[in-house]
This record gives sequence, structure tokens and C-alpha cells, in this order.
Amino acid sequence: MRTVVLTKGVPDFREGQVSFDEEGHLERGKTPTVMNPNDKHALRAAFQTKVRNGGQVSLMSMGPPGYEEVLQEGMRDVYADDLYLLSDREMGAADTWATAMTVASGLQKLDEEPDLVFAGFKTADGETGHTGPQTCWCLDWPIITHVLSLDIDEDERTVRAKRLVDGDISEIETVEAPMPCFIVADPEFEPTYRRASHRLKHKDLRDETQARAADYEDHLTVWDHTDLNLDPDYIGLDGSPTIVAGVDPIPKAPSEREATVIDAGADEGMEQVLDELAPYAAGD
Amino acid sequence: MTDSYEEYEAVVVGCGPGGAAAAANLARNGVETLVLERGVDAGSKNVSGGLIYAEESAPYTIDGLFPDFREEATERPVTENYIHNVAGEKVKTFDIGDLHHHDTAWADSVLRRKMDSWLAQQVHERTRETGGGLLTEVHVTGLLRERGEIVGVTTEELDPIKADLIVAADGVNSELARDAGLMDWEEPEEWFQGVKAVVDVDPAAINERFDVDADDGAAHLFSGDLFDGVRGGGFLYTNESSLSIGTVFHLDSLAEEEAEPHELLDSLLTHPLMAQWLGDEYDEREYSAKLVPDSKKAAHPSPHEDRLVLVGDAAGQMQAQGPIIKGMNHAVTAGALAAEAFADARSRSEPHRAGELYEKKLHDEGVMDKLRPTRYEVFGRLGELGPVDDLSNSVAESAVGRFGVRAASGLLERAYSSPTLVSMIPDTKLPYVTLPTVIAEELGERVEDENTVSPPDLADRIGDLTYDVGDPHIELLDKSFEASGTAVTACPVSAKDFGGGCYRDERVQTNGTEEHLVSLDTQPCVECGTCAVVADTEWEHPAGGKGVEFKQG
Ligand SMILES: Cc1cc2nc3c(=O)[nH]c(=O)nc-3n(C[C@H](O)[C@H](O)[C@H](O)COP(=O)(O)OP(=O)(O)OC[C@H]3O[C@@H](n4cnc5c(N)ncnc54)[C@H](O)[C@@H]3O)c2cc1C
Ligand code: SF4
Repeated sequence: MRTVVLTKGVPDFREGQVSFDEEGHLERGKTPTVMNPNDKHALRAAFQTKVRNGGQVSLMSMGPPGYEEVLQEGMRDVYADDLYLLSDREMGAADTWATAMTVASGLQKLDEEPDLVFAGFKTADGETGHTGPQTCWCLDWPIITHVLSLDIDEDERTVRAKRLVDGDISEIETVEAPMPCFIVADPEFEPTYRRASHRLKHKDLRDETQARAADYEDHLTVWDHTDLNLDPDYIGLDGSPTIVAGVDPIPKAPSEREATVIDAGADEGMEQVLDELAPYAAGD
Repeated sequence: MTDSYEEYEAVVVGCGPGGAAAAANLARNGVETLVLERGVDAGSKNVSGGLIYAEESAPYTIDGLFPDFREEATERPVTENYIHNVAGEKVKTFDIGDLHHHDTAWADSVLRRKMDSWLAQQVHERTRETGGGLLTEVHVTGLLRERGEIVGVTTEELDPIKADLIVAADGVNSELARDAGLMDWEEPEEWFQGVKAVVDVDPAAINERFDVDADDGAAHLFSGDLFDGVRGGGFLYTNESSLSIGTVFHLDSLAEEEAEPHELLDSLLTHPLMAQWLGDEYDEREYSAKLVPDSKKAAHPSPHEDRLVLVGDAAGQMQAQGPIIKGMNHAVTAGALAAEAFADARSRSEPHRAGELYEKKLHDEGVMDKLRPTRYEVFGRLGELGPVDDLSNSVAESAVGRFGVRAASGLLERAYSSPTLVSMIPDTKLPYVTLPTVIAEELGERVEDENTVSPPDLADRIGDLTYDVGDPHIELLDKSFEASGTAVTACPVSAKDFGGGCYRDERVQTNGTEEHLVSLDTQPCVECGTCAVVADTEWEHPAGGKGVEFKQG
């Protein structure tokens, strides 16, 4: 089994990591770049196929040279075997379409055609959810989105997946597709390992890739547009048909409830709390 | 489904000393071995005093199986051992070095988190080579049976697993031993309860206060009137940079006296005698507790059934050799013997006879006689049943008896150090309370030191522990105070008039009559097992990785 996971570096939006300027615009320079959190679900899904069915998991991204660390993170935390970075100036400022073209070319350049390609559900910055499906369109493969769990039949070369219909947790269906196939893992994807041998293998592979993450460069391939044989007019900014007309920050919601502050240390504080709550205790 | 079950040659449940020894010896014999441990890490669930002994007469010792053990996994070699007889502030100390050194190749203090995690790492590496390995966070829930015969285990986290050998090394609260009907939780007389505090002390201060070198340590034991008449005693062992201080009491006595285990521990911690060792600053790293089987009564004479063998605490193989507690070493020996038995049976193409062979080895190697000494059966039991206990009165009450104690001081010290005599000690107040008290009164000297230690209260002790709370794992079957009220005091994290804790007693008014009931909240449970015996419960361990996590152990 050869699987590839697509990923993107995004600003680390977690509390304490992210910085905004006074006007509420993201300060990219001050905010670290990390692997898109949803892509980790994709990588976990791919890793599960490796544990259960063997093979190799590659991680591929298009982006600036700084993304190498994002790829390293993928190797350390979610155990990718090898890393591919599609990177040069010509690819910069691409929209989802130009990105999909580039990534699809990257996938086609691999020595061996992948059996499965995984993408995460939406990136934390762009939130479009386009890149995966558009890449798949370029490859002309079947796609299964909102995937919760997977089983692979290597003999039949099929993949069977449970997925959320319309991304809604209330309806789950099971679908089957021939491989090669494109999978978009839902954030609800939970790998399950109910066999001891799988958990033991998981442990082995984890230890192996974690040890390898220190020397990730030895497992990294960087391709530029010439390696991929891409015409600069069709990639990067020049190849991007999308025009962003403007970005409106979402205004902060006004608080709807009034708050009364009570000094918990003061004696009358407790009485005040009781007075406030008494009417409700009566069932009003 | 049956044919899709995973199969290993051997499954070992639990990775304490018993499981680790079994797994190591199975791996050495090339047996494909899977080890399942419920803690987030081996050792995260375990508590002992603890001094691990390597007996000269034992066919297997932990350093024999794991050559780097003492270097990597223990705290300090313990070369001195004293017992302090206490009456009020009077103390008479006996050197029981002879008992400590009897049949002892070495004895080291250990903290279980460190010890067991190290063992688990070794076990994983060795068993992995056989095609198995060790998995943590897997809670084995029971036995898998086919046509009534035990053929494997069921777990909460994995599909059922079949094996030719199942080693239940799952400790004192073994769910497997109960599932097989080999052990039960009925009689408080068969158990002790151990409670322990690990106290932070600078290594240099330890060396000075105990007058030991950096790579030496001491053991101190305590008995007498400082525990409100509850049968049992206290211990103090030096670790590298901490002290393990605890108590071990007969559970029936704790229950009878309605004693609060944490208060008894505090009685020890705050006794003036302790001042010299504790100093002025008291920093408790961890509070913990666990049941301890009393092998004299609980050790199963035939600990196997079908493909299942019980080793260590799961089989009740915990020896109280007078005041010295030997559980870990016997778990190691038994685990390794069970593995040896399976290897022998397999090489004769009779793997199903492993249990039988294991039982024979336990007897032939003399393990059984240490666990259930014939001398105790003859003399100790007699003491418990009546006539000998009159002695307690005559020693304590009569002037002649007291004179005897004064006259026989040297003889008494030797008696305390005699392995033969201590193995006959009956479970009565005479040896645990009365005699030590009289010894201290007649021969002791008043301790002048002032002890300024104030141990944390129960709420703080619970608050300092780490829990990953899962679903409630103990069900209270009978809520009446009559059936389950003993747990309110005997549970080491509950207490009368304490709002927190696991067990609380409640008075509920229904139709004009008042009912005295007990309620249970398993969140602060330290999984000691006490309430499985003293209350009417359906007792199980929490799911893999859930519940309390000891950092010291
Ligand atoms: C306070 C105290 C002081 C003690 N002092 C000493 C001493 O000084 N010297 C001494 O030798 N002994 C001492 N003991 C006794 C000693 O701790 C035990 O005898 C010894 O730990 C028994 O080893 P074991 O391997 O049988 O079980 P344990 O060490 O209890 O190991 C059992 C293992 O099985 C795991 N397990 C349990 N159930 C399951 C399940 N269902 N599924 C998966 N895993 C499971 C547990 O997490 C644990 O890791 C003391 C005990 C106490 C409580
Ligand atoms: S609830 Fe039961 S098992 Fe838990 S700590 Fe209390 S007595 Fe021990």
C-alpha cells in the first residue's frame, strides 16, 4: 500500500501562539506556522492503513521552504515515512485551483502511483475545502469525503468507508470505491486498533518514525516547477483565477447578559448571592 | 467469529514484578508472549512499601532475570533494619538485622513507578522479539471460555485473545482469579491494608539523619500502642531522595475498630520518634494505598485452572514474615516458575499440563512452605483460637510477666530476629500491640524530640493525586449502612464527617422513618480494593489508562 497525505502549513491559531495587530489582522511574522490540524486526522487515517495493511505513508505539501518544519512535525507527531515539498517562487500566492494543479503533478511524479491519497477537511486559514477535491479532479479518481472509518480489501483493490452524509453526524452511510481513490478524512475520524498485533505494530512504527524525525532532511524531497514540468503561467499567482475582493473581520458579538460582581471574601457577599438566587430556587 | 480471534502462545496480564518475571522467563524460552497492563505506564497503579528482597534460597530473583535491575530500577540497598516498640512516648528499639539478613542476598528500597516502568521497557523489548510485546492501557476484564474451558482473555479495549497459557499477574485485586473462582473477596481476615506517604527529603539529609552512605539505606519498623489498638505496624524506608513511610494493618482489625487509615498513618508521622528523621519541613509527594494478601491464609495451594495460572498477589503469595513484608520477591519467583513450567510442558508437547507443573514447582522449590508455613498452621492458628492468647493477659497484667520482659530483654531481641519464631506469630493483639507496648513500657526510654510535622489533610492528599476519571468502576450493591458502612472508615480516601472521598454515610428520611445509608463516588478512588471486601459491591478496575495514576508508587 502506498498512501500519500496532503498537508498545508497554517498559522497556529491556538491561544498563546497566535498574534493579531490592533486592527485584528493576523500577524504572520509573529505567529508560528504549524501543520493544519485537520490534516492530522488525514495522516492518522493513512497511518491506520499502514498499521493494518502495511506499506508506506508519504506526506506532501506545496509551500515556502519554511514548510519543511511542518513536514517534520508530520513525521514526528503522526509518523509519516517520507516527505515531499513542492516549492519555488513560481508556485507562490496560488489559489486552490493552482495549488491543486501543482499537487496533482507532484503526485503523478512519484515513482509508484499511490493507492490512496488523503486530505484533511478544510484548512484552518483558508477554510475553503476546495484543494482536495480539485486535486482529485485533476487525477480523475473517485473521491470519498467526510470519512469516519475505512477498511481496505487489498485483493479486490477496493476501499470501503463509513462517511457522514452531507457532513452531518446524524446520517452515516457506507460506500465502496475502487483504488486508487481519494479520501477526505472528517475531523471525527478516529482510528481504532482492536487487535493487539496492530497496537504493537503501531508502537514499533511510532518509535521508528519518531527516531527518524530528527534527521527528516534525509527523507525529504523538494521539487520545483521544472522538476514537475509545469508552465509558470498555469501555477502560482499567474495561474490563479480566484480574486479575493476583500476580507471583512467578523465583529465581536456584544455580550447579552448583565453581570453582577460579588466579592466572595466579604461576609455580605454570600448573602447577596443567596438573595440573587432565591427567586429561581422557587421555580420561577 | 471464533477463528478470527488473535492468538498468542502466552498472555501475561499485569506488569508488576510477577508479570515482568513471567514474561521475561517466557521470552527467554522463546515463547511468543503478549503482556497486557491496564495502567498508562506499568507502575502507575502500583504501591508497595517497599523493600524488594532477593532470597538466597529462591530459584529466581529479579536481578537474575534483569541483570541491570539494581543499577537502574531501585533506590538504595538497605542494610540495617530496626523495630521500634512504642508505648506513648517511650520507645524500645530492637535491631532485627539478623531477620533482615536471614536468607537475603540483597534488599533494596524501591518506588514502584520507576521500578515497574523500567521493567516494562525490558519486558517489551524481550517479548517483542518473540512476536509479542507489551501493551499498556488495556484492561483485561475476564476469561474467554470455549465449551466451559478457559482459553483466553477478554478486554475492554481489544477483541478477545486466545492463548495456550494465561498468566494472571494482575495483583491483589485480580479480576481473573475471581472470574476463575480461585479467589474471593469474602474474608477480611485474609487481607492487610497498606497505606503510604512518600516524603521528599534531600539525599544529603537522609545520609546524615540515618547515618548512612549515599549508596546505603535503612529500614525502621514500628509497633505498639500508637495505632489505637489496631493490629499491624508501621514502616519507614529510605529512598534516594525521599522516605517511604506507611502502615500495614489487618483488615479485619481496621474494620472492627472502625479506624481511619489516614489517621493511623498520621499517628506514625507525628510521633516524636519520627522528628529525628523528618526534620522541620514536611513535603509529602504522594499518598497511596492498596490491599495486601496474607499468604498464611490467602495463598492458594493450587493456583491454576485449565490454561490459567495465578502468580504473585493474584494468588495470595504475599508473605508477612513477622514484621517483614515479602510480596514482590515471591511474585518474581512464582512468575518465573510458571513460565518455566509452561516451557517444560510445551517441550513435552503437553502445554495443558503447565498449571499442574507450576504447582509442583511451587512446592518443590519451598515457596509454598514460606507462604503457608506449617509451623503457623500448628502454633499460630492455635494462638488465634484461644489458649495462647491468655498469655497476652499474663504478660501485660501480671507483675511476673512484666518482670519476665525486663529480665529477657536480650532474649526478646533475638526472638524478634528469629525467622522460625516470627513465622509462628498468631494474628492476635499479643504480638502486634500488647507485647511491644509492654516492652516499651518496661524497657523503653522517653523520646525527648519534638515533632512539628503536620501532615496534609485527606482533601489535600486526594487533591494532589492525578486522576483521569472514567466511568464509575465500582457498583454499590447494598447501600445500607449495615452492609457497606465499614467502607466509610476503612476506605483510605474516605472518612466519617469528611465531605469528600468515596464513601459517605447518609441519613435519609423516608415516610417518617430514618434510614442509615451509604453513598459512593468513585472519582477519588485509589483502587486499593478494600471496599470489595468490607462492603457489598460489584468491584472492577477502571478502563485502561483511566483512574488514579501514581507517580511514586
Ligand atoms: C503499603 C504496602 C507495602 C508493601 N511493602 C512491601 C515490601 O516492603 N516488600 C515487598 O516485597 N512487598 C511489599 N508489599 C506487597 C507488594 O507490593 C506486592 O506483593 C507485589 O506488588 C505483588 O506483585 P504482583 O506482580 O503480584 O502484583 P502487582 O505489583 O500489584 O502488579 C499487578 C499489575 O497488574 C495490573 N493489572 C491489574 N489488573 C489488571 C487488569 N484487569 N488488566 C490489566 N492489568 C491489570 C496492575 O496495573 C499492575 O501493574 C507492600 C504492599 C503495600 C500495599
Ligand atoms: S472506593 Fe474502595 S477501592 Fe476505592 S479507594 Fe475506597 S476502598 Fe479503595
